[in-house]
Amino acid sequence: MALLQAESITVCVDNRPLLSDVSLEVEAGELVCVIGPNGAGKSTLLTALCGETAMDNGWVNFKGTPLHNLSARNRARQVAVLPQNNPLTFAFTGLELVSLSRTPHSTGNERDRQICQEAMAMLDVNHLSERLYPTLSGGEQQRLQLARVMAQIWRAEDGGDRLLLLDEPATSLDIAHQYGMMRAVRDFARSGVAVVMTVHDLAHASGYSDRILALKQGHSMAYGSAESVLTAENIQQLYGYSVTVIPHPLTGRSLVVADV
Amino acid sequence: MTVARIKAVNLAWWILPVLLAVSFVAAVAVGAVYLSPWQVFAALGGQDDGGLAKDIVQAIRLPRALLAAGVGAVLAVCGAMLQGLFRNPLADPSLIGVTAGASFGACLAILLGAEVAEIFGSLPMVSMAAFCGGLLAVALVYKVAKSVNGTSVATMLLMGIAVAAFSGSLIGLMEYFADNDTLRRISLWLMGGLDAASYPHAFLIFAVLCGLLASMPRFGLSLNVLLLGESQARHLGVDVERVKTTLIVLVAAGVGTSVAVAGSIAFVGLVIPHMVRLWVGPDHRQLLPLSALAGASLLLVSDTLARTIIAPVELPVGLITALIGVPFFVSLLHKSRGSH
Repeated sequence: MALLQAESITVCVDNRPLLSDVSLEVEAGELVCVIGPNGAGKSTLLTALCGETAMDNGWVNFKGTPLHNLSARNRARQVAVLPQNNPLTFAFTGLELVSLSRTPHSTGNERDRQICQEAMAMLDVNHLSERLYPTLSGGEQQRLQLARVMAQIWRAEDGGDRLLLLDEPATSLDIAHQYGMMRAVRDFARSGVAVVMTVHDLAHASGYSDRILALKQGHSMAYGSAESVLTAENIQQLYGYSVTVIPHPLTGRSLVVADV
Repeated sequence: MTVARIKAVNLAWWILPVLLAVSFVAAVAVGAVYLSPWQVFAALGGQDDGGLAKDIVQAIRLPRALLAAGVGAVLAVCGAMLQGLFRNPLADPSLIGVTAGASFGACLAILLGAEVAEIFGSLPMVSMAAFCGGLLAVALVYKVAKSVNGTSVATMLLMGIAVAAFSGSLIGLMEYFADNDTLRRISLWLMGGLDAASYPHAFLIFAVLCGLLASMPRFGLSLNVLLLGESQARHLGVDVERVKTTLIVLVAAGVGTSVAVAGSIAFVGLVIPHMVRLWVGPDHRQLLPLSALAGASLLLVSDTLARTIIAPVELPVGLITALIGVPFFVSLLHKSRGSH
């Protein structure tokens, strides 16, 4: 049984279907990237998976039971979610912000601090510990928020196999930090976390995902390995833009380049 | 916590209790008859020095100082809680309509000439009307904002503004139709004052303060997490609906009671938490108790000044809180903007 099972999810808002009949299975240790044009339903899928959006049809099981069967605290130890926008005007320091992630745990101050520092090291934000959050750049804020959700479900002994949902985490990161972040997320997945993330850069999906889900107008258009999903035909159909797919000169992974 | 934060918090935990103690003794010592601190301590301890000191302290100044400290602490804590709940450092207890509702209730009672009728011991009719008006306003705001999807903070703010505007107009109407004498009583009451202080008043506000203090350990951390947004707070295991409901009830009781015993005292609930936050950071586990200490000190100092500045005339304390708080606040704002 997969860690996360989602079967024929359908979500309608004002009688307009945002998601129709999307199914997904993710194992612990697996990284799934969700791709698709703007408004395809990527964020809606993430909110449906974590139970934030009510579904009109379908079901989602985590470890064999619906998420709402878990107590709030127990759930928070196993499932972390990072939305696209994280407005925060209050002047927490970087470390204080990341430390909020340990609220559902009772592992003690010493251990919590250690976990936060490890997570911050993984996203290269240790030097922001003492800085005030509102004074940081967008990319620095984003990396701190990522460190926060990872610290929330950092250890297997707190929650067993865990689930991480990320909505466009690469937004506003520079290229080095984008790839550093992707590598950190993949390594994190390997420690027993099922990761579902939405991405816009197909190179991220190609280079780091175990599987890719392509969403078009709320429908699942393709689901499978990077090689099977990232074909010129699929991408053209998905985005309505003609592309060529070539192997990456170093890694051999599929590389999508626009034709003009 | 970082080194700078720990230093600031430690310093605040030294300065604010000392400030509160000093302003309390000063509030009891200073007045029409000046008493030395030793006389104050002796009178507080119940010793009779043969003069009037014991009577002055125990019958007049002590209940008033207790009331000032209690009201200041309650308003500051309520302000801090609301600012956290609304994730807006500019939120103020009046935003959810409680102050306006309470003022409306009080004005109605004054207009109907019921201020002499005393019910429930020594709580005059005006105070009871203020308390009921405040709770009624919050209940209305909360009922509209609450839907199947939970409580919408944005709707609550808008509803608070609507209720405040509505009661504002009703108060205006009442002032328009009031005779000169009643009009003066209404406007004096609206400025806030502690001249009706008594032990039952002080006891009442301290009972509410104890409730607020008891809730702090439970809600400090939840409020910190709520600053990330309601959905993130939910993902971090906080029962957001329960926290919101409990906090609104606590704030309504706190502000309702304080308006009932001391009229509407502006500024304390808005600016004290803001000042303390600029000093020690937004962690509510420190912010709530430190705001209580700072709020109590500010109102004690303000009331002492209000009584003595042009004695024997007593100024409304609400005027003084703003007069001494605003310059301090502006300098703090200026400093914090300069440091970034």
